[in-house]
Amino acid sequence: MGDLSAISSNLLYAAFVIYLVATFFFAGAIRDKKTTSPDRVGKIGIILSIVGFLTQLGYFFTRWGAAGHAPVSNLFEFITFFGMMLVFAFIIMYFIYRINVLGVIALPVALLIIAFASMFPTEISPLVPSLQSHWLYIHVTTAALGQAILSISFVAGLIFLIRQVDQNKKTKQTFWLEFVIYMVATTLAFIIISSVFSAFNYEASFEAPVEGQPVEITYEMPAIAGPFEGELISDGAMSPLFQAPEWMRGVDAAIKFNTMIWSILGGLVLYWLVRLVLRKRIGSALQPLLRKANPEIVDEVGYRAVAIGFPIFTLGALIFAMIWAQQAWDRFWGWDPKEVWALITFFFYAAYLHLRLSRGWQGTKSAWLAVGGFAIIMFNLLAVNLIISGLHSYA
Amino acid sequence: MNEITCECGHVNPEGTVLCESCGKPVEDNQHLNGNENQTLLNMRYDGSARRSQTYNRTFIDKVWNFFSSVKVGVWLIVITLIASAIGTLLPQEMYIPPGSDASTHYRDQYGLIGQIYYQLGFHNLFSSWWYMLLLALIGISIIIASLDRFIPLYKTLKTQKPKRHDQFMKKQRIFGKTESDSIDMHLMKENLKKNRYKVTEEDGSLFAEKNRFSRWGPYVNHIGLIVFLLGTLLRFVPALYVDEFVWVREGETKMITGTEGQYYIKNEDFILENYDENDERFQEAIMRNGQPVPKTYQTNAVIYERTDDIVVGKDPELKEVKEAEARVNHPIKFENYTLYQASYQQNEFNEMTFKLHDMDDEDSSYGEFTIDLDDPETEYELDSGHVVVLGSYFPEYELDDGEPVSVSKYPRNPAFVFNVYPPGESDGEPEVSFAGIGANVDGSGENEFKVGLVDFDVRDVTGLTVRKDYTLPFIALGGAIFMIGVIQGMYWNHRRIWVKPKDNGVWIAGHTNKNWVALKREIEKSTKGTGIETPVDQQELKD
Repeated sequence: MGDLSAISSNLLYAAFVIYLVATFFFAGAIRDKKTTSPDRVGKIGIILSIVGFLTQLGYFFTRWGAAGHAPVSNLFEFITFFGMMLVFAFIIMYFIYRINVLGVIALPVALLIIAFASMFPTEISPLVPSLQSHWLYIHVTTAALGQAILSISFVAGLIFLIRQVDQNKKTKQTFWLEFVIYMVATTLAFIIISSVFSAFNYEASFEAPVEGQPVEITYEMPAIAGPFEGELISDGAMSPLFQAPEWMRGVDAAIKFNTMIWSILGGLVLYWLVRLVLRKRIGSALQPLLRKANPEIVDEVGYRAVAIGFPIFTLGALIFAMIWAQQAWDRFWGWDPKEVWALITFFFYAAYLHLRLSRGWQGTKSAWLAVGGFAIIMFNLLAVNLIISGLHSYA
Repeated sequence: MNEITCECGHVNPEGTVLCESCGKPVEDNQHLNGNENQTLLNMRYDGSARRSQTYNRTFIDKVWNFFSSVKVGVWLIVITLIASAIGTLLPQEMYIPPGSDASTHYRDQYGLIGQIYYQLGFHNLFSSWWYMLLLALIGISIIIASLDRFIPLYKTLKTQKPKRHDQFMKKQRIFGKTESDSIDMHLMKENLKKNRYKVTEEDGSLFAEKNRFSRWGPYVNHIGLIVFLLGTLLRFVPALYVDEFVWVREGETKMITGTEGQYYIKNEDFILENYDENDERFQEAIMRNGQPVPKTYQTNAVIYERTDDIVVGKDPELKEVKEAEARVNHPIKFENYTLYQASYQQNEFNEMTFKLHDMDDEDSSYGEFTIDLDDPETEYELDSGHVVVLGSYFPEYELDDGEPVSVSKYPRNPAFVFNVYPPGESDGEPEVSFAGIGANVDGSGENEFKVGLVDFDVRDVTGLTVRKDYTLPFIALGGAIFMIGVIQGMYWNHRRIWVKPKDNGVWIAGHTNKNWVALKREIEKSTKGTGIETPVDQQELKD
C-alpha cells in the first residue's frame, strides 16, 4: 500500500516537471526566430503534454489503487484532477485548432493549479458515508472536465486580451488585465510562501476563545493577523501585528485570513518586482510575445470551448449532481452554496452563449466574459469550500 | 397583412428581411436586422419575419416583444445570478442551527449586514416570491423567445431555394468570385457530397447543406427547461409529493408518517461504524481530523403493511413486506415510497431504574422502580408501601435561568421531579426531590429519603426521511430533453455553401451558425481541383 502511494506521488512530480518542460517548448514555438521550425518545436511541446498527461493519469490510478476509491474526494485530489483535466482539454483543443500559443498559457495555468492543490493536506482520506457511491466518480469527473474545458475559454480570452488590449495608454482594460496578472502572482506567492514555511516547519500556537471555549490554534505561517483575543503560546514565534476581526469565528477563520494577507502582500511584492524590472505593464511586456496569435481564431477557440464545455458541465455539475443528491440526501436540489454556485456558473455561461448571438459581443467583450466565468469557477472551487462551506465541504 | 412579393416570385410574409426563397434583401426591412450601410448581412434567423420585429402596436405586441428579446432574457439571467450569489453569502434559514429564531439569529450573528439580509428576505431567498417570479419570468421569456424565432426560421429553412440572389451571395461572410472558363461543377458537387453535404441544384446553382437539425437544438433544450420547471411546480400538488420524517427507536415498530397509516417500520438495529484508526491508509487523515471518521450509518429495518381497516385505537394487523437495510446512498424502496437514512441519535435513554433509600445511607432500600421513558407512569408504588409520584418529566433537561426546562421531547438527558409519599400518608405533604443524570437535588433541604439512579438502559434512534415523489420522472424528462437539445445545438453546426455560375465563372458563398474555421476548411477541401478559388472571410478582425 505504502509503495503504491509513494509511486503515485512521484508520478505526480514527474507529470509536473514534464508539463513545465512542455511549456518551454511551446514558448519556443511562438518565437519569431526562424532558426528552427516552430511546427517541430510545437510538436515536441504537444507530445510532452500528452506524456505528462499520461504520467498524471498514472498518478491518478495508482492513488486510486492505494486508497481503494477514486482520488477526487478532498480539495487536494479534486484540484489536482481539475489541473489534469485542464491539460486534457488543452490537448483536445490543440488537435482541433493546432495553435501553439494555447499551450503557452494553458500549461502554466495547469501547473499553477496543480502546485496550488498540493498546498492542501495530501494524505489519503477515508470516504464518509455520503461519498460512498459510484456517483462520486461519475459526477466529479464530468463536472471537473466541464469546468476544465470552460477554463480553456479563459485561456483563449487571456491570450486574446494580452494580444489585443491597446497598451499605448492606461485604460480600464489595461488595469483589469494587470489585475488578472496580479491574481496569478498572488497564487504563485501563496504557493511559494506556504512551501517555504512548511519546509522550515514553522509553527505558532495561540490560545483563543472559540464559541466561549479556549482552543489552541496553530498557524503554519508567521501571524500577521492573530486570532481574535488570542494569546501567543509558542516561544520564538513572531507576535501578530493585529488581531483578526471578531466576526471571523471558528478555529480556521483567522488562519485563513492570515494566509490571505500573506498571499496578497506576497503577490504585490512579486508583481511589482517584475514590473519594476520590466519598466512597463506586464501585459504590455507580454504583448509582443503573442504577436503571432491570430485573434480571430483565438476568439473562436474561446467560443468553441464554451460550446463544448457547457453541455459537459451541465451534465456533470448539475444533472449527475442532482441524481446523486437525490440518492444520498433524499433531495436532488437543496440550495446548498456549492449547488447554487454551480447554478450560477450555468447561468453565466448561458448568458455568454446568448450574448454571442448579438453583434458586438465577439472578440474583446467575449474574452472578458471568459475571464469572469473562470473567476466564478475558481470561486466555486475555493471560496465556497474555504469561506462559505456547507454540505459539500470535502471538495 | 402586407405580404412582400420578391422578384423571384416568392411571396414573403410581412416583416421579412431576406427573401425566404432566394435570400434577396427586402429593401424596406433592412433596418430590422441592422443591415443598413453594412457590407455583410446579419444572418440571424436567416432574415425571417419575426413577430417581435414586425408588430409593435397593441399591448400584446409590446408584451410579446419584451419577452422575446434576448437582451431581456440575458438581464433576467444576470439578475437571478446576482440574487443567487447574494443568497449564498450568509447561510439560508434552513441551514441555521435548529431552534434558533431567524429574526434575531442574523442580527446577533452577523450584525447590521445580517439584519439587512434578513429584512430583505435573502435568508429565505430561494423560496421567496420574487425569486420564484424571476424564474417564472425566465420561463415565459424562454417560451416566447423560442416561438418568435423557431416558427419563422423553420419556414424559411424549408422554403430556401438553391439559387440565391447576387446581393445575398455578395454579402455573406465567406464569399469569393472566380473568373475562369474551366470550372468543374460536377467535381465540386461530388466533393461536397464526400464531405457529407446534402447537395441540391437549381438552374446550375449548387446548394450544399449539412446538420440543419442542429438549428433546432436551442428550441429543444428550451422545451427541456420548461418541462423541468413545470416538473418542479408539480411538487405543490400534494398527491404527487410526500416529504416526511420518522424517528424510530431500536426495537420499536412505528407507523411510517406520510403513508396514511398503510405502512409500518420496525427498527431492528441501528449501526454506526467508524473507520479503523489503525488502518494504515487513512491513519494520517484520521489523525488530522481529530475525531473518528464515520464509515457507515445503517438501519436494519423491517417494513410492514397494515392489512386490516384503519380504526382509531385498534392495534393494526401487520404483514411483512420486506426486510431491508437503509444506508446513506442506499435508501429502502417499497411501493412508491423511499426511506432515506437521514439522521440518528445514539444512546437515547430507554429505561431508568431508581431506588428509594435513606438520605444518609446509600445501602438502605425501600424498593426500586423502573421508568419506561416512552411511556412513564404517573405514580409508582414500592414494595415498602412508599408511593413515588412523577411530579415533572424533562426528557432533555437543561437549566434555563435557574429553571429546569426540556429542550426536546426526546429522552436524551432525562430528569424528573419526584414527590415521595411515605406509606399511608398519601394525603399529606410529599417530600420533593429532583433527579437526573449526575444531578440529585433535595427540594427542601430536610428530606428524609433520597431517590437514587441505580441502572439505565440506552438505545439508538434512527431518523429516516420518507419520500414519495411522482414528479421525479417529469424532472428527469426535462433534464434529458435539455441535454439532448444542448448537445444537438452545440456539437453540430449548421453549414451551408452556395455556388452560383456566372457568365465568366462562378460565385461561391458560405455560412455557418458557428465554428467558421471548420467551414473554411471544408470549403477549401471541396474546391480542390475544381478550378474554384478559395473564398475569403470578409470579417477577419482587423489588427
